[in-house]
Amino acid sequence: MSEAAAGDELLSWDSRARRVVTVYVPLALFVIVLLFPFYWMAITAFKPDSEMEDYAHHSPFWISSPTLHNFSVLLFHTQFPRWMLITISVAVGATILSIFCSVLAAYAIERLRFKGSTHVALAIYLAYLVPPTILFIPLATMVVQFRLYNSPLSLILTYPTFLIPFCTWLLIGYFKSIPYELEECALIDGASRLQILRRIVLPLSVPGLISAGIFAFTLSWNEFIYALAFIQSTGNKTVPVAVLTELVTGDVYQWGALMAGALLGSVPVALFYSLFAEYYVSSLTGAVKE
Amino acid sequence: MLAEAGNAMDATTAQTAVLTWRLERRPDNWVTRLFDNKKFLIGLCLAPAIGLLVVFLTYPLGLGFWLALTDSTIGQRGHFVGLANFISVFNDPVFQLSVFNTIFYTAAATVGKFALGLWLALLLNHHLPFKSFLRAIVLLPWIVPTVLSAIVWWWMYSPQFSIISYILVNVLHLRSTYINFLGSAWPARWSLVAANVWRGIPFVAIITLAGLQTIPPSLYEAALLDGASPWQRFRFITVPLLLPILSVALTLSTLFTFSDFQLVYAITDGGPFNTTQIMATLAYQVAIPGSELGQGAAIAVAMIPFLVALTAINYFGLARRKWQQGPANE
Repeated sequence: MSEAAAGDELLSWDSRARRVVTVYVPLALFVIVLLFPFYWMAITAFKPDSEMEDYAHHSPFWISSPTLHNFSVLLFHTQFPRWMLITISVAVGATILSIFCSVLAAYAIERLRFKGSTHVALAIYLAYLVPPTILFIPLATMVVQFRLYNSPLSLILTYPTFLIPFCTWLLIGYFKSIPYELEECALIDGASRLQILRRIVLPLSVPGLISAGIFAFTLSWNEFIYALAFIQSTGNKTVPVAVLTELVTGDVYQWGALMAGALLGSVPVALFYSLFAEYYVSSLTGAVKE
Repeated sequence: MLAEAGNAMDATTAQTAVLTWRLERRPDNWVTRLFDNKKFLIGLCLAPAIGLLVVFLTYPLGLGFWLALTDSTIGQRGHFVGLANFISVFNDPVFQLSVFNTIFYTAAATVGKFALGLWLALLLNHHLPFKSFLRAIVLLPWIVPTVLSAIVWWWMYSPQFSIISYILVNVLHLRSTYINFLGSAWPARWSLVAANVWRGIPFVAIITLAGLQTIPPSLYEAALLDGASPWQRFRFITVPLLLPILSVALTLSTLFTFSDFQLVYAITDGGPFNTTQIMATLAYQVAIPGSELGQGAAIAVAMIPFLVALTAINYFGLARRKWQQGPANE
């Protein structure tokens, strides 16, 4: 890549001005458009009501007197902290369950090599292509039958349906990169298969586990339709559902509180993402390349 | 192995040493033997994943077909009614409109996000300062929970206080009146497409960027020496080499756009007057608030042929990829 760009500059008479027009200006526009909604979300969350809808006297792009009022409404007059707790526990539970299942499945498919392992892998890949929108109605009836309606447990059990296929594919790719010789050495030294998985394969695929873990966590945090369909009681809702269904009351939209909720609901995911951005990008591209 | 290396005497001692060591480390009881049985181990490893997927994915998929053939409501097992649900659904003008809306939404949003995403990837592939930082922040719209960013779009589409209208009217002076984004059919549809494109650009851009970085620079150098124009380099080197990864991304993206729910539900909820109702939101509205599970399931089942067609395209895209890479690779 670097060579190509360098060659580009040497061979084709790219002037600096032309580069600014063809690269930097469009790129700046892209960044502005992609990030503006977040800026708008954040700035609305800190605006007092008087400035919110008065563009004539206050520039909408800035705040004259920032306030934490919207956040205090959210934290002390709604069940927001509880929704946050529910969302975190659902995301963590679903992630642990999915990673556990995926590690074992990926190890069996990639390393224990059995007749039909490619078919199992393909079936798991196909499962990834079944969208939740066609499953939520039958799942809702099952959830009612299992007496899990209104319980966060229903989400922990159903989220793995879209997390396991993704994580398994990601981990198959990682396991592939571990040399067989290491496993053979361990077998000769008398290690059992499960010991090999625990002592050799897993430590070597930590980057893959982190990728799969953060991906599963963000996907469960963002999930919407199951959480909307399976949970009715205010206290057990997840943040995305609760912000939309509990903060929109009647005809008067409390934009300040809504934006504060959207901001607080996005921050954990964004924070998580910023810590592991590289893993995230590599897992996203790795899984598609697989 | 040791026997080949040393003399017989050494070999026997070494072997006994290994044997005693093994005996110390691994008591040879039935549990160990069971765990060394490959078939048992394969079954054990696959059981949790396959079990969960069968119970919560395969079974509900079948149950969905069955529900579509019954008159079930919430909390009441229905009776078999044959194809009655499908007949009444297909004759319903709202359903017909929702099929049109879904196809329009998928097509328009896919074209938009791939055109812009590809462009963004090409821009990011240049030599840039803060490249990895740029790549990281560009992915943000895709990371943040869709519903929460959809709420922001909803607020930006507000008829009286839309910041987009404010920019167009008061800052750029391009218009004289505020736009009523969500008030009538076509503006509302395009508004939804814009929000979906905004969210999809990063996904396409990051995947395409990864594909771009696997293209060997020597190809471009050779083309430059042959006097190829920038467009020719794009058309005859970049596009063919990106095609495999693009076809996978394209089908995943169309699949998920087609079955999208949250964005539409949060911004318009199908309104005004069902003109932005897509199949997923209609299925939800009929099945859960309307409690007509059978009818809702029929709408969801009606999505399956479209999804299968898109998956078939994905399959041929993958097959093409295999063929391009040759049998030696994998």
